[in-house]
Amino acid sequence: MSEVTHGLPDGAAEIELGDGLIDELADEAELLDADSSVLKPHAPTELDPSRPAILEADGLRMYFPVKSSGILRRTVAHVQAVDGVSFQVPAGGSLGLVGESGCGKSTTGRLITRLEKPTSGAIRFEGEDLAKLSKREMKPVRREVQMIFQDPYSSLNPRHTVGTIVGTPLQVHDVVPKKQVLSRVQELLEVVGLNPEHYNRYPNEFSGGQRQRIGIARALALQPKLLVADEPVSALDVSIQAQVINLLQDIQREFDVAFLFIAHDLAVVRHFCPEIAVMYLGKIVEIGDRESIYSAPRHPYTQALLSAVPDVRQASTGGRRERIRLEGDVPSPIDPPSGCRFRTRCPIAQEICAKHEPPLLQIGRRHKVACHFPGRLGQAPTEPLTARLLGVDAHGNPDAGASPSAEILEQRPGYADTWFDLDNKTFARA
Amino acid sequence: MSIPTTSTGVSSSNDGDQQEPFLVVDGLTVRFPTHDGLVQAVTDLSYSVRRGETLGIVGESGSGKSVSSMAVLGLHNPRQTRLNGSITVGGVEVVGASQHTLRSIRGNDVAMIFQDPLTALHPFYSIGSQIAEAYRVHHDVSKKQARERAIEMLARVGIPQPSRRVDDYPHQFSGGMRQRAMIAMALVNDPKLLIADEPTTALDVTVQAQILDLLQDLQREYNSAIVMITHDLGVIAEIADEVLVMYGGRAVEKGSTSEVLTHPEMPYTWGLLSSVPDVTADTTTRLLPIPGTPPSLLSPPPGCAFEPRCIHATAVPGDLCATTLPLLAPGRSAHHLKRCHLPDPDAIYEQFVIPEVAPEAGETR
Repeated sequence: MSEVTHGLPDGAAEIELGDGLIDELADEAELLDADSSVLKPHAPTELDPSRPAILEADGLRMYFPVKSSGILRRTVAHVQAVDGVSFQVPAGGSLGLVGESGCGKSTTGRLITRLEKPTSGAIRFEGEDLAKLSKREMKPVRREVQMIFQDPYSSLNPRHTVGTIVGTPLQVHDVVPKKQVLSRVQELLEVVGLNPEHYNRYPNEFSGGQRQRIGIARALALQPKLLVADEPVSALDVSIQAQVINLLQDIQREFDVAFLFIAHDLAVVRHFCPEIAVMYLGKIVEIGDRESIYSAPRHPYTQALLSAVPDVRQASTGGRRERIRLEGDVPSPIDPPSGCRFRTRCPIAQEICAKHEPPLLQIGRRHKVACHFPGRLGQAPTEPLTARLLGVDAHGNPDAGASPSAEILEQRPGYADTWFDLDNKTFARA
Repeated sequence: MSIPTTSTGVSSSNDGDQQEPFLVVDGLTVRFPTHDGLVQAVTDLSYSVRRGETLGIVGESGSGKSVSSMAVLGLHNPRQTRLNGSITVGGVEVVGASQHTLRSIRGNDVAMIFQDPLTALHPFYSIGSQIAEAYRVHHDVSKKQARERAIEMLARVGIPQPSRRVDDYPHQFSGGMRQRAMIAMALVNDPKLLIADEPTTALDVTVQAQILDLLQDLQREYNSAIVMITHDLGVIAEIADEVLVMYGGRAVEKGSTSEVLTHPEMPYTWGLLSSVPDVTADTTTRLLPIPGTPPSLLSPPPGCAFEPRCIHATAVPGDLCATTLPLLAPGRSAHHLKRCHLPDPDAIYEQFVIPEVAPEAGETR
């Protein structure tokens, strides 16, 4: 049994259920017993570029008003939590959102699930713009888009039994007759590796990892097509994290659910998501497939983030890993820096960075970066590559000779067939 | 995560061999009587740390790592705690010491950095006055001098404009700055031993790296001993000289960092290493979680505490694992201790664990 690691209780195969997953997982377990090298039950999801986008965020903005004190409570400023974020999530795929706390990744997740109404921008889910829908119009969509929350201690009502918690979505959306709610709840508990007999217990009787499984069962109850997972494992112990990540991968494979996976742990995101977006102060600074982001990052912020991750293999040599030191703290999103938002902490910032915001430029088949000086680590170009595209000279002053390229600068979600090749400084085509 | 298969761990902790350990914990047992019975939080734990050295303690929540280090500071309520064994800090016995003795040690010779700076700092008092208070308790100085010292410490830990920020309240600081302020408070009396209980867990990676840099700089400067409690093996690998792995209230593996992390000999340590993804691993690598959950400390298993979750227990003849507690005994080398019955852990590690955590390094695939 050494390879059975998806957390199903022993003897799962004996329980007769309509759901295919249980039988299949049990079969898988038997196969694994016979030959562990044949199947890879938890191999990470690979990118499938042919699948259409199930979700498309286009220029998403969320400004929270800052009110003055006193009776009038006038709006004096705005917290620019999310400022013009565009991305796509392919059906059955997963996109990871990473960044430091306060960069707007959780707010993005709450916008996608419409827990907040965006200030502007579009959220196209299967072609329908969720940003414009009223509360009542949202209700049918909520069956398709569900959320898994970070803290399994505060996201479950302590006064409700597990059966009520998982069964409530079924009743609200009237998907199964009342009599069958209980059996469906038990099926769901089985899927997430909990004992179905425990539907009558309260959340406090479960451990952190088990509670997170209850949260996952609740999110799965309506068979959504998109799950927004906001730091689903960061509140859990390391040995339990892997159990939950494997469960989410099994669920993704079995039910073909797309994930928007929000986390600050770069290693977990790399493991789970074939595509990753790096956010800084409300904007996406770099987005691309796993290989581009982790092996060939071109934005100085991504490079700094990756170099700061402590590495276990450092044990063999001892001492600290070389890393890029970022000075200071993240600036306030109420009054972000002009031009590039990262320039106040950027080791390679120049004059143009304060004057012009770098466009999110496509530099590879599936790789976009928002930087005036995108380059490999330590090989950043000396001249801004974006100057001509923006119609300015190297110092950011207007240049009559250059003509801005509207086509390249258009910020659209997804990827185009042509891109700007950094090594040859020419346009490349797929 | 790939682990080099051939490399002899070079112990980096030989430098201070002549020196007496500053902190010696010997046979420490901590038990809490509760309504449900006696919680055996820590059982028979021994370790020692010299000045200038860093000991990393790894384990899950509930493994007793925080409880044992709180005992070093005498922070447990003696009426609700049963303490056995001995803890000496610079030659002074802490277990059973009077409140007066404890108070003279706390914050002076030994200081602690807590995980969550927002709950560890008092919201009603300014940062400066909290740091100054810690200084005045142990030094006979005026308020003005103490305030100067607070500003100096804030500057030392890298808070910008310390003379202005000294009057700020904790909520006016960002998470990383609060953690720095707490480090400033811990270091105000130049402690000889610093206990850091998950000091970077709540922080982002870039801030975490800054805080670890700071701790290392300060350690070099003051030659203090550091006990670093964390569950992040990457942090341990980068800053600790020695590692102590705890499970179910007991030490299960102990040795130099390079030894333990490159040639772990205890299945729980294998599990910790293989269940965490890392940023450079092959993405086809699977995560191998440790099945099950940690044992209840109310009624710990009679044998090895890890036996119910151990996938290698079958390699041990009979039901030795379930019935007999293994001793913390030397494995490959005299300084590498492990608590496990497995007769040949290296062979199992190479055959079963390495292929899983680093497929490119294993020959079986």
